Amino acid sequence: MRGALAVCRKELRQIARDQRTLFILVFVPAFFLLLFGYALNFDIRHVRLAVEDRDGTPESRAVVSAFVDAGYFDLAAAVYAPRDAERLLDLNEARAALVIPEGFAREVRSGRRAPVQVIIGGDNANTATTVLGYAGSILRTVGAQLAPAAAQAPPGLSVEPRIWYNPELRSTLFLVPGLIAYIAMITAVASTALSIVREKEMGTMEQVRMAPIGTPSFIIGKTIPYFLIALASSALIVGASMTLFGLPMRGNWLTLLLALSLFLAGALATGLLISTASETQQVAFQLALLISFLPTIMLSGFIFPISSMPPALQVVTWFVPARYFLVALRGIVLKGTELSHILPQLGALSLYAAAVLGLASLRLAKDRG
Amino acid sequence: MQRLRFLVRKEFQELRRNPRLFGLVVVAPILQLTLLGYAATTDVRDVPMVVADGDRSAASRELIARFDASPYFSVVRTVTTTREIEPFLESGSAWLALSIPVDYGGHVGSRRPAVVQVIADGSDANATTVALGYASSLVAGYAEELAASAADMPAGGGIDARIRIWFNPQLESRHFMIPGVLALVLLVVTANLAAMAIVREKELGTLEQLNVTPLRRWELITGKLLPYGVIGMVDVVLVVGVAVFWFEIPLRGSFVLLLAMSLLYVLCTLALGLFISTVSDTQQQAMMTATFFFLTPMVYLSGFIFPIENMPAVIQPLTYLIPLRYFLVIVRGIFLKGIGLELLWPQAAALAAWGIVVLSLAVARSRKRAA
Repeated sequence: MRGALAVCRKELRQIARDQRTLFILVFVPAFFLLLFGYALNFDIRHVRLAVEDRDGTPESRAVVSAFVDAGYFDLAAAVYAPRDAERLLDLNEARAALVIPEGFAREVRSGRRAPVQVIIGGDNANTATTVLGYAGSILRTVGAQLAPAAAQAPPGLSVEPRIWYNPELRSTLFLVPGLIAYIAMITAVASTALSIVREKEMGTMEQVRMAPIGTPSFIIGKTIPYFLIALASSALIVGASMTLFGLPMRGNWLTLLLALSLFLAGALATGLLISTASETQQVAFQLALLISFLPTIMLSGFIFPISSMPPALQVVTWFVPARYFLVALRGIVLKGTELSHILPQLGALSLYAAAVLGLASLRLAKDRG
Repeated sequence: MQRLRFLVRKEFQELRRNPRLFGLVVVAPILQLTLLGYAATTDVRDVPMVVADGDRSAASRELIARFDASPYFSVVRTVTTTREIEPFLESGSAWLALSIPVDYGGHVGSRRPAVVQVIADGSDANATTVALGYASSLVAGYAEELAASAADMPAGGGIDARIRIWFNPQLESRHFMIPGVLALVLLVVTANLAAMAIVREKELGTLEQLNVTPLRRWELITGKLLPYGVIGMVDVVLVVGVAVFWFEIPLRGSFVLLLAMSLLYVLCTLALGLFISTVSDTQQQAMMTATFFFLTPMVYLSGFIFPIENMPAVIQPLTYLIPLRYFLVIVRGIFLKGIGLELLWPQAAALAAWGIVVLSLAVARSRKRAA
């Protein structure tokens, strides 16, 4: 224990000397949250729509204004030749085009189904799926209004949607917990990933080897200062999310602290393992990007739903700690989930931290000879 | 010229002596492609749902079967009352719940209007929006079928929506994400490696030695950067090959144009690497600076995942400072839309301008330091 404390003191002194790194570790995370929490969302509004109205009747104009009034579409341009709509889509000046053919009003007044064409730029499949849904439901509604009463069938079966936990479906509420996990992860990994490999590269590893302390206390001593820094910066970002983005806190603070600590311990251990496994800092950095930063974005369920992934990849996500942390975090803050409901997640986080810390110690012990 | 060749050879030798790094620059792009090709799907499939069937009739079972048979939903459990749904949504083991009221079958049978409730977990707003859309169109389709079979009525009036999707008819998010990987890989590999290679010499004190050799400044810089440029271009060919032949992403535009644009972009990322190296004294600082000030903002604000047009108007101007933004438009344009320079020249020009500005900044900084 004395040894661990000594290493801890030495590490703290070193951190204090490199003010820029300390500054980055504590304040940049909060700045990120501010920037990204504000900038990122999946709410699709202001879809630029090009309109080609070949009919020019009150009915066709009713369709156009139904699109504009729905609040999702902005009228980008009225075009008259088919090539124009194509060009606007190519240039990204329009995301969707609405084409109303000649004779639309006549058809619709006589109670037949009048065709209307909608072209959607599908290059961003995610946006396009949502736009598709909007366009379909707008056309259904306006179609029902325009059709003569005789042709209307009473609705047989209808859906009443209810949304729990986030009734306005604000994507911020779901993205901010993901950002918290991502930011905490990169801060923690970045702070330890270079710690040991640096000593190797600078030739000071000899000193580490000769130091009269056991490997576990060495590791613990190295980690504690960064754990405290990471915890402080995480507290800062959680606080900022609540005051700035209206993230609720429906659960228990102690549960949150527990989940956060376990997650940070795992992340710091990952950094240490990377550091012990690398020969140069360049390698360590690339490894950190590959095995912690990218999976935290891609495989944690932060942005992309895990249930949509192919089964083989779903197995890989079991080894991504952010996956468990996200379920726990979203549960605690958004749903007020009790500790007992997220025990499996907390268990997985502890297991991950213990296993990775153990591996890192083993590797370092081997290096020390 | 000869001196330059020696320097480049030295740099390659150092890379070869470090086989793990060499492996990483080949493995990294492949791994990222796999991750993004398979994982990065915003398509919503197999949404776990729980059903509260208060009716337990043939009609209600028919509706549940519709949901279960759809590729979008998978029914994990059927319960009896709405109250039993809550624990499933709370623990996240189901995202969606379908609640069928008592006497649903009676209503449907006697053709009185019936209402079913769909309860969604809004904590994943994105997937929920999509899943709700699927659920309501599934029910709407089923309702039409019921009405038609009951009344032998032809489809009524209204609008026949003919929706067509361009560029990516199956709406596979893979087609959107994978061309983006090219941009991300190049940024990760070239900028970071180049920055750390230079700072490493600084840290080990060997940069001083290089400074006193008869090498000229530009030779030194070119010699350090060139190998990483070569690696970057190898990665381009690798990524494009895997994208086209493995993931079957259509390359509708010109491959030569794609290569030329990638080269322009690699010059930009190398300039960025050089710039990072001039503002860092240790590799740790270089790593922090690269990750926090360049990599992360670029990933999130370039339109790589999150559409720029969704961002608030205050943030949008900021995205013009990000070279990834221009390159993404170029790559996606060439891959998916098959368009050429006649439409892409503004992006190419912006990229070139960005490269020149950053390179001059980096050179100016390093000159001041050397003086």
